[in-house]
Amino acid sequence: MNENGKNLLHHERFGITIERLCHQLIEDWGDFSDACVVGIQPRGVPLSDRIHERLQVLTGNTKIEYGRLDITFYRDDFRLHDTPLAPHPNEMDFIVTDKKVLLVDDVLYTGRTIQAALAALQHYGRPKAIELLVLVDRRFNRHLPIQADYAGLAVDALDEAYVRVHWREIHGEDEILFFEKKQ
Amino acid sequence: MKQLSTRHLIGIKNITENDIHLIFETADNFKEVINRPIKKVPSLRDITVANLFFESSTRTRVSFELAERRLSADIVNFTASSSSVSKGETLLDTVNNILAMKVDMVVMRHPAPGACVFLSKHIPANIINAGDGTHEHPTQALLDAYSIREKFGDVAGKKVAIIGDILHSRVALSNVFCLLKLGAKVRVCGPPTLIPRHYGDLGVEVSHDVRDTLRWCDVANVLRIQLERQDIKYFPSLREYHQYFGITREMLDSLNKEITVMHPGPINRGVELTSDVADSRQSIILQQVENGVAVRMAVLYLLAAQQA
Repeated sequence: MNENGKNLLHHERFGITIERLCHQLIEDWGDFSDACVVGIQPRGVPLSDRIHERLQVLTGNTKIEYGRLDITFYRDDFRLHDTPLAPHPNEMDFIVTDKKVLLVDDVLYTGRTIQAALAALQHYGRPKAIELLVLVDRRFNRHLPIQADYAGLAVDALDEAYVRVHWREIHGEDEILFFEKKQ
Repeated sequence: MKQLSTRHLIGIKNITENDIHLIFETADNFKEVINRPIKKVPSLRDITVANLFFESSTRTRVSFELAERRLSADIVNFTASSSSVSKGETLLDTVNNILAMKVDMVVMRHPAPGACVFLSKHIPANIINAGDGTHEHPTQALLDAYSIREKFGDVAGKKVAIIGDILHSRVALSNVFCLLKLGAKVRVCGPPTLIPRHYGDLGVEVSHDVRDTLRWCDVANVLRIQLERQDIKYFPSLREYHQYFGITREMLDSLNKEITVMHPGPINRGVELTSDVADSRQSIILQQVENGVAVRMAVLYLLAAQQA
């Protein structure tokens, strides 16, 4: 799978990057007592799982609220695909009103996923603020005025290129792969 | 992702087992949506759906309308009694006029079997059959099977009895197709006059003994006697029908197991079911209604994706 992809971030540095993001978050957000973590299904969830777990350990707050948000029904490209978009489980059993929300996804590219996630989040109340954390920020080719507040790695690449994140629990290895052309 | 094998939902007979599983998996997501504080998603915001009801309906029409609204579709409602149909307009003309107003999908109930097939050959919109005469009522069968799946985890291998007026029931026919495709064992039960002669050829058992059928089954799907479709007498009286085929508390208590009771509605209390059965713990009639919205959302969502 990864033979033609260039490895941008592998195992050890991958862990350090996530650790660094968690410390940055605690610096800004304190113990997360009035905050929650929301991972975007499906690809943001392995990252949000780890961030949530590490934050609970580092802050000592074991009750940080955590949701996994499916945005399929909020996407604006629903009818532009040949086949229906497959939804994923949505697990949001709390209301975000008056809370700070940390939205988590793996790669920020056009910004359309985040736009859909913001629309979806509106249905869970009026948050105090929403901030965005991504592992990879592809800084070119944004379609919308959306930026990440926290990014693990910035990648400047042309539109044809493709960045894929692999996770230990799914793919057997933690790594960020870069492909010149979409596979 | 997988997609449906068809652009229209005319009947269960024309769709595959995979289609049914895809609809169920999608409905699981919509079931979660309709239990949220805000029960609405914007998926179909650019779609207009016409609900054409040439025959009376409460549950199905409200259920479809809710499903459409929860997907943010625009809706045009039409009922035959208040339309130009009563002035002699043909079905095709009525629908073409509505389509000229740029409608993307049509949900139709019609008293003539085959009305939806006819339409699907003449107009470009996606057609969903909400019941055509005594032929099929596919979304009802889907929600019935979905409710069985929800209760038991799986439909395959379950013994399902369909009891009542099989002859006039589109729900029975769609249910038979759906349950057989999903691998359930099916038995129909009713007076000989209300079961079509060659029904057994569909691959179901036929019985005229309701007690024996209840002993056999895991699920009893009980149907209404459709007096409005009966132009001759098929049995002496409703009282006699109840005595021979009505399901009572005492009958259920006499079984050595607990069966699940379903009914597509509307119930004629005291005829096919007594109230203490309809409102009992064993009945999942109201869950069927709730699941109806989720299943219809899934059907609308999956068919709308076939537009592009």
